Amino acid sequence: MFQHFVKLQWKSFFRSAGLGKSLAIKIVMIFFGIYMLVSMAGLGALLFTILKKAFPDIDPVLKVSEYMMYWLLIELVLRYFMQKLPVMNIKPLLTLPIKKSAITHYILSSSVFSVYNFLSLFLFVPFCVVLVLNGYPTLNVLVWLISIAGLVLTTNYINFVINKSDTILIVLGLLIAGLYAIEYFEIFSLLQYVGKLFYTLYQYPLFVFIPIATAMGSYYINYNFLRNRIYLDQSLKKKTKVAETSDLGWTKKFGDIAPFLQLDLKLIWRNKRTKTQVFVSFAMIFYGLFFYTMEEFAAVFPMKVFVGLFITGIFLSNFGQFIPAWDSAYYSMMMSQNIPLRKYLESKAGLISVSVVLMFLLSIPYVYFGWEAVAINLSCALYNLGINIPLILLAGSQNKKRIDLDKSAFANMQGTGAIQFLILLPLFGIPMILFSLLHLLISFEVAVIALSIIGIAGFAFKKPLLDWITEIYRKKKYAMIAGFKEKNSS
Amino acid sequence: MITTQNITKKYGHQIVLNIEHLEIPKGQSFGLVGNNGAGKTTFFSLLLDLIKPSTGYILSSEVRVDQSEAWKPFTSSFIDETFLIGYLTPEEYFYFIGELRDQNKADVDALLTQFQDFFHGEILGQRKYLRDLSKGNQKKVGIVSTFIGSPEVVILDEPFANLDPTTQIRLKEIIRKLAAQKEVTVLVSSHDLLHVTDVCERIVVLNKGEIVKDIATSAETLRELEQFFAS
Repeated sequence: MFQHFVKLQWKSFFRSAGLGKSLAIKIVMIFFGIYMLVSMAGLGALLFTILKKAFPDIDPVLKVSEYMMYWLLIELVLRYFMQKLPVMNIKPLLTLPIKKSAITHYILSSSVFSVYNFLSLFLFVPFCVVLVLNGYPTLNVLVWLISIAGLVLTTNYINFVINKSDTILIVLGLLIAGLYAIEYFEIFSLLQYVGKLFYTLYQYPLFVFIPIATAMGSYYINYNFLRNRIYLDQSLKKKTKVAETSDLGWTKKFGDIAPFLQLDLKLIWRNKRTKTQVFVSFAMIFYGLFFYTMEEFAAVFPMKVFVGLFITGIFLSNFGQFIPAWDSAYYSMMMSQNIPLRKYLESKAGLISVSVVLMFLLSIPYVYFGWEAVAINLSCALYNLGINIPLILLAGSQNKKRIDLDKSAFANMQGTGAIQFLILLPLFGIPMILFSLLHLLISFEVAVIALSIIGIAGFAFKKPLLDWITEIYRKKKYAMIAGFKEKNSS
Repeated sequence: MITTQNITKKYGHQIVLNIEHLEIPKGQSFGLVGNNGAGKTTFFSLLLDLIKPSTGYILSSEVRVDQSEAWKPFTSSFIDETFLIGYLTPEEYFYFIGELRDQNKADVDALLTQFQDFFHGEILGQRKYLRDLSKGNQKKVGIVSTFIGSPEVVILDEPFANLDPTTQIRLKEIIRKLAAQKEVTVLVSSHDLLHVTDVCERIVVLNKGEIVKDIATSAETLRELEQFFAS
């Protein structure tokens, strides 16, 4: 039976849309994956030496044990966001002569091979090898590794039980923060006790049965839970949310682009991927703190220009680069309805402009680091408004890849093509180079003023620029409609 | 009203549509039938300028649809559920279409009251997004949205599919009423020969992209069509 399932899974993987991703993305993704795993393995190999140096009196295994709790909790949070629940397309199997228990066992056991389970192993296997090389008893180390594998599997199954419940995520977050606070303010040294607990697993190999038991127990809980829910009307049914409607009457002030503006706001607020992007954009306001507080960068102006462009333009680049693919699901309707293309684009530009202004206002507290910071951010905001908005709309005319809005935002590369990477170069690169040159050759003030003037000039020519871009969109219309219809083009 | 001249659509070497000449006068209720792949949706997509013709052109009220957008204000259409915006509620969708067609909320509400029976209490005030409605209910929303703003050309692709029997009968009534207005041209495609003969005064049969029959509907039409498709 399992053999059939494996075959199905195999086909679904190799015939899936994901495999048809463009080459550029594949290479980037593979690079990123390899980079992650190699750094994990490297960290694992060096961990022994690092800990030995930092805490010469403490056994590195004990130190690792102390932090094991954090590791597992953070892994759980990571899994919460990234790991997909292993739901095979089981609907077609329900009416076939297959035992439901077999389906359940298959789903659960196949999740053992999830990448997230190997992440920890890439850290701990090299660490254990180094331990053995340093004369630690092989049996203890080996069994300890098995214990860790058991704990990792436990988090794997606990994650399914949590099943994307936001409340539990918040509890987890509070727990991690709480633990850290307790430790930081030296109220109570919980880590030492927890550390000893995990250390026992190393000292007494017999205790390996505990992690194995938790892994099996969590498997069993999942099994019971899932087995009783393999019905069309239970776990297989999509959850539907109660619709909240809002009038958004205030958008009327924006005149005839109001209906599109309303649509875009609803688009952003009611879909997972776009909503997360807004949160990410707001969080990026703190990005500048990294650079402004680091001494190496404090005097490097090009870096500050990058920060300024990035902070004020994060929504511009995140949201803008997928225009008009956000509307891909219903693009043929938009094109046959009574919609002037020009107004459609104007409304997108309006929305992004608001975000640039808002992000600039939020960035004003950077004045703490000197007036130059605000001057840079202002000139960057102006440049974003005048030049980068038309530029990103122009790049959008090359978009032909569909985006399914209801998919999650994390590690979601759908709709991404080479153009999305390439556009970032002129978006941020050109103003940085320009600024640096003027700053070096003339002065800081001239550089700031020049960047601002270019932005204002772009703003002054907004009308002809938009006319021109509209014409390009019109020419690309058929290719866009055809491209957005291809569900497998992600 | 709608003139099709020498239109062909090719994908590679395959010709999916080839219509030498087709004239649809204003106010006609026009039915398009044919098996899968006969070119019905292709024809409608060309009419809406969603795909580019390989040769030829279509004129709608003297407007060449692939060169000007002036046909948009008087044309409304529902091809499939990709015409719906999944994250809106039905009301919001109707109001959005209304704004595009210069109809305020009161106008749209007034129109919607006429379709209370058709909605069967499953559309309005349900606090559900369109993406969460059943296929049949999505279809109802799409069909009614085409009546907003008194369009002169209404294009409905397979409007009867996925609807329950009661709704099908009500829809026939609605289309008949619409067709009775002399200024409205209705274009309907369907696999259901009975329905299409019931509501259309003229029926064109497409087969492998070409017009093989062009009939003014009479009592004999249904039998004639059945004979054609059986052979």
